[in-house]
Amino acid sequence: MFQYIVRRLLQGLIVIFLVTLATFGLMHLAPGSPVDIMIGEAEVSQQVIDAITKKWGLDRPWYEQYLVWLGNMLRGDFGQSMVRTGVPVSQMLLEAAPVTLKLNLYAFAVALVVAIPAGVLAAVRRYSLFDYSSMVGATLGVALPNFWIGLMLIIIFAQKLRWLPSGGSGSWQHYILPVAVLATEQMAVLARLTRGATIEVLHQDFVTTARAKGLSEVTVIFRHVVRNALLPVITIIGYRLAFILSGTIVVETVFAWPGLGRLFILSIDRLDYQVVQAIVFLLTILVVIGNLLTDLVYAYIDPRIRIQ
Amino acid sequence: MAEVPRSAVATERISGLSGLERERRSEFSRAWRRFKRYRPGLVGLAFIGILVVFALVPGLFAPYDPIAQDTAMRGAPPSWAHPLGFDHVGRDILSRIIWGSRIAMLVGLGATAIAVTIGVMIGATAGFFGGWVDSILSRFVDTLMAFPTLVLLIVLAAIIGPSLVTVIVVIGTTTWASYARVVRADVLSLREREFVLAARASGAGQARVILRHILPNAMGPVIVLATLGIGGIIILESALSFLGLGVQPPTPSWGAMISDGRAFIRHYPQIAIAPGVAITLTVLAFNLFGDGLRDALDPRQRE
Repeated sequence: MFQYIVRRLLQGLIVIFLVTLATFGLMHLAPGSPVDIMIGEAEVSQQVIDAITKKWGLDRPWYEQYLVWLGNMLRGDFGQSMVRTGVPVSQMLLEAAPVTLKLNLYAFAVALVVAIPAGVLAAVRRYSLFDYSSMVGATLGVALPNFWIGLMLIIIFAQKLRWLPSGGSGSWQHYILPVAVLATEQMAVLARLTRGATIEVLHQDFVTTARAKGLSEVTVIFRHVVRNALLPVITIIGYRLAFILSGTIVVETVFAWPGLGRLFILSIDRLDYQVVQAIVFLLTILVVIGNLLTDLVYAYIDPRIRIQ
Repeated sequence: MAEVPRSAVATERISGLSGLERERRSEFSRAWRRFKRYRPGLVGLAFIGILVVFALVPGLFAPYDPIAQDTAMRGAPPSWAHPLGFDHVGRDILSRIIWGSRIAMLVGLGATAIAVTIGVMIGATAGFFGGWVDSILSRFVDTLMAFPTLVLLIVLAAIIGPSLVTVIVVIGTTTWASYARVVRADVLSLREREFVLAARASGAGQARVILRHILPNAMGPVIVLATLGIGGIIILESALSFLGLGVQPPTPSWGAMISDGRAFIRHYPQIAIAPGVAITLTVLAFNLFGDGLRDALDPRQRE
């Protein structure tokens, strides 16, 4: 077990190294220089440009820059933003991360509370009106582009009805629309998964046994079916953790939400290498740890799975 | 002499009784019979058919030029002559939706073709050769599958420079992992089968065994997966275009049209509605068609 975790962590380190190396190399192939963007419209002499280039180490070959970056990163130094000159990247991340996390947590909570009971009920009452309508809803939810739902909600609730703000963050009202959009997508995926998993468990022998020994239907469903059906659902949630976060990129853009997703898009736009690099780095760590934890949790709750 | 026709009649009767006759139907017609039973799949197929026609000859159906601007009509609401109204620079929205189907189909089919090609090659290599080749490729596939595609797409599109070709290539080269995984698993089991042994015994080389004997048998799930994937790819394209990293103006792309709608949401909120409906219906059509195909081609995966 311990050996397994160590091996997986080492593999994870290699993945993180390769991903950051690839992003670093690719970013430096990109047309345009961050120096141009820093200077903007201002008239500057070549000496100043050279000085800035030298200050940021942009005159050195990219692999040298990568090693410097890697060294700093290992000491916990994410560097400074090239665009918001002098502001440490870690500070920008610390400002943006809590907002994004909160948004996702709320959305996820809403999605779980709606999707899991709906999925179970649809499976238990298979071919009922509820089953059909919830599955039609889930099929639609997967097909709807989330940024478009966002815009439609803004038009209806912010512009026509004037009930909610159309963007920005601050009060609790600001959360409602983006949380609704993020939750819709996850609800659709989760409800389908839960329904499929529940149907599979309902066909198992131990369910027949539980019914045969006279347990009430409610006990059978809650004690025997749901507990087993949630296993695959939990796994998929774990593996999708990073995907769930990436969903915020578009939604934060729609609602002008000052989180990591919007910071990522803005930094890509302004060639703010340091920020993009840091976000990709954090995301890769999240992917590696998320996958490892999911595998461990899965093995822990389902003893049939042996980890080697 | 009289014996011959009688035995032919007898054989026919026996085959009719034992149900052997059904075996005479081609693989395709049997799959089609199974497919027809799932009605939403037929609806999806019909909608895709219409889209293909739109994408091939949009000029025949679009009432106006999709990039001609009538500045006097900026943001004008729907009318009989222009059922979906005008956008923020005075272009006919209906015509842009019809022309936009071409971009959606180009990206959906083009990117899927690239992804399937890469995925099948990598998956077949990993499954057929096994050993350390398989370990390295499988690790790579796992990592790629866990990494959020949209983040990769944004970084790549920004670096290469956004354009239609970039979108197709970048989506194609980042979404192949699921095909590789499915093909690898199938090839792993297929390579142990008797017919592969028979092909080897009759002197077929490795390339021939893989291409003629193993891969054709692994294609069913790939076709199903590809169909189900097209919808997701169309959403990715529209998200990229929405973020300004996809197809560039004035080319009509549904995602870019929604982006226009966002910019002018205060003054002309109706601009964003139609392209979103177009994306949703298209994605829905491909998903339903894919569900039907799965029932018809890959009965193992049925719920």
